[in-house]
Amino acid sequence: MSLLIKNGIIIDPCAENRAVKDILVENGKIAGVSEHLTAPEAEVLDATDKLVTPGLVDMHVHLREPGFEAKETVQTGTLAALKGGFTSVACMPNTYPVADNASVIRYILGRAQEAGNAKVYPVGAITKNSEGSELAPMAELKEAGAVAFSDDGKPVNDAAVMRRAMEYAKMLDAVIISHCEESTLAGGVMHEGTISTMLGLKGIPAAAEEVMVARDVILARLTGCRLHIAHVSTAGSVQIIREAKSRGIKVTAETTPHHFTLTHDYVHGYDTATKVNPPLRAPEDVEAILAGLADGTIDVIATDHAPHTEEEKNVEYDLAPFGLVGLETAVGLVWSQLVLPGFLTAEQAVAKLSLNPARILGVPAGSLEVGAPADITIIEPRQEWEVNPESFASKGKNTPFAGRKLTGKPVMTLVNGTRF
Amino acid sequence: MTLQGKDLLGLLHKTESEIEYILDTAVPMKEIISRPLKKVPTLRGRTIVNVFYEPSTRTRTSFELAAKYLSADSVNISGSASSVVKGESLVDTARTVKALGADIIVVRHAMAGAAELMARTVSASVINAGDGAHEHPTQALLDMFTVREAKGTLKGLEVAIIGDITHSRVARSDIWGFSRMGARVRVCGPPTMIPHGIDTMGCKIFDKVEDALEGADVVIVLRIQNERQQQGLFPGLREYANMYGINSKRLGLAAPDALLMHPGPINRGVELTGEVADGQQSLIETQVTNGVAVRMAILYLLAGGGDANVPVD
Amino acid sequence: MGVEKGMREKARIMDQQGIGRALTRIAHEIIERNKGTDNLVIIGIRRRGVPLASRLAERIKEIEGSSVPVGVLDITLYRDDLSTLSQQPVVHQTEVKFSVQDKKVVLVDDVLYTGRTIRAALDAIIDLGRPSVIQLAALVDRGHRELPIRADYVGKNVPTSRKEVIAVQLEEIDGEDGVLILENG
Repeated sequence: MSLLIKNGIIIDPCAENRAVKDILVENGKIAGVSEHLTAPEAEVLDATDKLVTPGLVDMHVHLREPGFEAKETVQTGTLAALKGGFTSVACMPNTYPVADNASVIRYILGRAQEAGNAKVYPVGAITKNSEGSELAPMAELKEAGAVAFSDDGKPVNDAAVMRRAMEYAKMLDAVIISHCEESTLAGGVMHEGTISTMLGLKGIPAAAEEVMVARDVILARLTGCRLHIAHVSTAGSVQIIREAKSRGIKVTAETTPHHFTLTHDYVHGYDTATKVNPPLRAPEDVEAILAGLADGTIDVIATDHAPHTEEEKNVEYDLAPFGLVGLETAVGLVWSQLVLPGFLTAEQAVAKLSLNPARILGVPAGSLEVGAPADITIIEPRQEWEVNPESFASKGKNTPFAGRKLTGKPVMTLVNGTRF
Repeated sequence: MTLQGKDLLGLLHKTESEIEYILDTAVPMKEIISRPLKKVPTLRGRTIVNVFYEPSTRTRTSFELAAKYLSADSVNISGSASSVVKGESLVDTARTVKALGADIIVVRHAMAGAAELMARTVSASVINAGDGAHEHPTQALLDMFTVREAKGTLKGLEVAIIGDITHSRVARSDIWGFSRMGARVRVCGPPTMIPHGIDTMGCKIFDKVEDALEGADVVIVLRIQNERQQQGLFPGLREYANMYGINSKRLGLAAPDALLMHPGPINRGVELTGEVADGQQSLIETQVTNGVAVRMAILYLLAGGGDANVPVD
Repeated sequence: MGVEKGMREKARIMDQQGIGRALTRIAHEIIERNKGTDNLVIIGIRRRGVPLASRLAERIKEIEGSSVPVGVLDITLYRDDLSTLSQQPVVHQTEVKFSVQDKKVVLVDDVLYTGRTIRAALDAIIDLGRPSVIQLAALVDRGHRELPIRADYVGKNVPTSRKEVIAVQLEEIDGEDGVLILENG
């Protein structure tokens, strides 16, 4: 069975120029990309005025399975990914049990296969039970299918442990994804600043993140390991990463749609959907994040999709768990906040949403070359829509964007040529 | 004139005229407290539930008496006696209290935003009796009432708040309230207890207590909690008393007719000496009386019910 | 009650002189009924009962030569319709700076209508103490009582329909004296 996508605007980060072309999909692979393709047998899909991009890759999601199936499952999380235009997701290991052994990795992959939605690439734990003391069996995890290592949700507090983890990861040619937070400085529930002072909530200073980013950059220089900084949220972190890159240190970085869109002002009213770690920061941080995205310091946009149940979130701000869902709002926010205002070109945005994370993780995605898997996202860049959490495929409805009007929506995703 | 919204959660969003309205309403309420027969039938049949997740004899008693003087029925649910300790969520407790028939819920909680969460959950009016380090609006209103009663106005007054500003909901509500009413607020305390950006709320920060006191018309002294010492926020009570404690010599730096206030309970010999606490300038006991009047005013103003607007005959 | 918006003046039933004569007559009646001014106190109901109470006290002093204490009663907290109002009426202070215990209290209001205000005022006074007697003086009695209450002293009886409004204007509050009948219009 073959499919011909006609007249779409091809946004391929690998290609030189933007052009209106047709794409032929055969046997789950891209069989041709050029102008005026004909394929008499193929079903034709008209993509006029729509953007046709490589299937998007979200390198930072929490699918919650095993252990927290009330929040999300691999099935619902990957369906949410497809609805959000993502054909591949990398899921973090803070499940129960923690993905610190091969059987959990294999379990997740098995569930992903059963679900048959977006492709799932598990991230293995750096340390046993993500407790930050003993290294997890990283080689075994990689063998089982882990694409990277992280103790996401918690920092690796002990610098010596992080150093050893990096040395191991380098040997395995794997990337360490670091959740940068100096615990002794953190311990709050929102950004430390004028708003936390007004609201009487305990703050997490920007320094809590920056101290750790600096430490890990220095350790990456020491070990030569590839380091990826997860969810960059402060101006200081952007600056440290920018300098590290200029010195040739192998560091990459991601930020999230909520960190380039929202400031700590949104915590007014104590809506626990705004409680996220790292926290929503000050306006000057958001500006620095936008600058970092524009100049390439920040390579990747990832959602840090973190679903929680209504019961867990409908509590005192101090007691609510950190995290918000992002898979189904990411493309709309990227277009509304970055592409339409001109911070990024569509190609740059798509690179940060596909090719760059694919390269960092070493997974086959992010390209529309002939022969590549037919993972394709079709985006209607001018479609205006309103975020309605009740319509989410994700079990998590915890979004601070409910009711927000966005422009730009993924309208179709193909995984290995199968339409969703 | 009317109050905006069904609840009183804080003073941040209260206008000058709303605050004035509450203070004006407290004046006749204070007259009622001064009577031999301290009771009016105004809130007969209304039910007020005090939900206190933190121990507080003062504020709870004050609300309880305010309700009784207005003939409302009031009951107390305290952290130790209720399902609170059985792990029931705040939201469920709020719904239960509403289902029991509460018209007004007075809530005290150790966490900022708890009153707001409760207000979002139920249709009953919610009064914040202190939520974490966020706000304590009724305390600030009674502070303002006490100062206005003594000075005639709040406009142009210099109000110095001394102590642990970081953990003080009283300080925050006082800063919003006094500055909205035209007073100028100064805060002073150890640098570890002055929160980031507090000056953006409209007050001036002073490091030295002498500078903060100089020419002040009102001195509000905050209670210093022993536990903050264990958290490493200040080295010790004696050093605190030496550096920030209010004694008669320091009080002498303030304006000659300066008023001394404290939300209570007092640590004598720590944040202020017994001499000044019991001295002529001290309004600490008046604050307690006025607290009942102000809370009566708030209960009365929030208890407005039906839809029909019947004219006065 | 002052002139309300959207109401049309239908008739002016008392002018300054008329009000003055009525108050003088009531002052005489009060003295006569109470056999002088011993133990007599006058309490005006906010708002327009207050200047009327003061005027009565002045006249009594002119006649008898003795001063009668005057108090101000705010009955808002005693109203029986608070739960039906969409917003709470403004509370003013009650200023009765003397004891009412065992006193002859003359309660003064401008218009006697349903009797509900007086019911509230009676409760309010009794909360202040136990007078030996309470009498009621009203400048206008317009009928339509809803409670078994009557006035001891009336300036003028005015039969009205419920659609009409009696507006008492007093110099102290409204700038001039007069009693008007108003109608929606």
